[in-house]
Amino acid sequence: MSDVRVAGTGLTSFGNSPERTSRDLFAEATITAFEESGVPRDDVEAVLYGNFMGELSEHQGHQGPLMAEAAGVQAPATRYESACASSGTAVREAVKRIRTGENDVVLVGGAERMTNLGTAGATEALAIAADDLWEVRAGVTFPGAYALMAQAYFDAFGGEHEDLAHIAVKNHENALSNENAQYQRAIEVSDVLEAPPVSEPLGLYDACPISDGASALVLTSEAYAEEHDLEAPVAITGTGQGGDRMALHDREHLARSPAAREAGAEAYADAGVDAGDVDFAEVHDCFTIAEVLALEALDLEPLGEGISAARDGRTTADGETPINLSGGLKAKGHPVGATGASQIVEVTELLAGHHPNSDHVADATTAVAHNAGGTVASATVHVLEVDR
Amino acid sequence: MSESDVADAGFDEWLAAAAEGDAYYLECANGHGSLPPRRVCPDCGSTDIAEVELPETGEIRTVTVTHVPTPAFEEDAPYATAVVDFGPVRLTGQVVGIDVGDVETGLTVALEITTSETTGERVIGLRPV
Repeated sequence: MSDVRVAGTGLTSFGNSPERTSRDLFAEATITAFEESGVPRDDVEAVLYGNFMGELSEHQGHQGPLMAEAAGVQAPATRYESACASSGTAVREAVKRIRTGENDVVLVGGAERMTNLGTAGATEALAIAADDLWEVRAGVTFPGAYALMAQAYFDAFGGEHEDLAHIAVKNHENALSNENAQYQRAIEVSDVLEAPPVSEPLGLYDACPISDGASALVLTSEAYAEEHDLEAPVAITGTGQGGDRMALHDREHLARSPAAREAGAEAYADAGVDAGDVDFAEVHDCFTIAEVLALEALDLEPLGEGISAARDGRTTADGETPINLSGGLKAKGHPVGATGASQIVEVTELLAGHHPNSDHVADATTAVAHNAGGTVASATVHVLEVDR
Repeated sequence: MSESDVADAGFDEWLAAAAEGDAYYLECANGHGSLPPRRVCPDCGSTDIAEVELPETGEIRTVTVTHVPTPAFEEDAPYATAVVDFGPVRLTGQVVGIDVGDVETGLTVALEITTSETTGERVIGLRPV
């Protein structure tokens, strides 16, 4: 299977820009990605775009062509919606297109405008990732669903809120040097423990913020990169996707993410690596507990031990496997539809040595990006490797 | 939340039956439980599905107390949401008739349809027995 080259990457700052339309956000990210890639817009054969709540936040459906237009690209365009895994799914489809030879150059990414909805509106919009009839109408919010998983984890394996607090502290620390991050601000364990509760045991500092932002990637075939002498040392070498029952109550284990396990196993096998080869990872920490579940699903921590990884320094910037060197969703921000592709952007920059935190992973060759939708009824995992 | 007064067939009948004390779940020919509306068993693909009486009580498997609700539950917060194991099927609902701080995993509860203080809509409730 031929590898897919990451020729260019672009991100907007993530944060609070309620007045900016998603077409404007995405356009900005694509300008950076095209400039970095050296690939002309005319060579793009498809635009794959991830977005979750555009109907609710902007009264806008049919966003594929709108976003191709915003990027200045004349090519067929498709929107992918898979809740918070929307652009991870779009990246996976782009990889498959390039590998089959259907396309040589694909523009892929995502955007989300959220803060214009306000906290209550965004909470309502995010909740539609759950089963409307059997979960949302019983009062399940998105933080509430992850709180149900956190409590189930504590009951099954032990651990306490303070363990989770170390994850938030770590990810805020990692974001200090990331100028695109929503929060470039250090926090302490006590800040997390004393924050107002959102859905117990999770509080305000266990949750990622509500964010606006966009991400873009110019992906090319190996042959195109060689022919055009592109500077593209990082390749996507493995892709995987997993699925699960929609409602949390229908899962056999309430504190595990089999969809992410399935996606990870597929991506590792596809790349010809295993968990032991992973030097660092960006994982979907929409809530602190989500990072724990991701580490265990990806076999980066044994079952029941992920809870102590940040506290004991295994996943900090100087730990054996740094997790979320970008700041993660927690501190970098989580413009839902942009997140999956933004993780690929961060991993690419980290591997290429262009990231403010690259020094922590100077010898790294292999890294993973894990993107999850809903309570992980959808998951994608990608393996990236760099030529050294 | 549905934007109109049009019912959600399957779901609203279930709520009405549950409110009368006649709650049921769906069971396929291979014994898998699920919730309506459902034409195909999500576990095995069987289309041989029948309504079976829901067990009287279930056990709380996990619980959270939500302080930041969606607008539809603004007046209800803080409220306890629990996943309850009824054996062949599990339900998510709001635990009522108990201080939210006292709700914990392992508690035995019975189904009791309640109403949202915010919208007046019917909500799946769970009362400790």
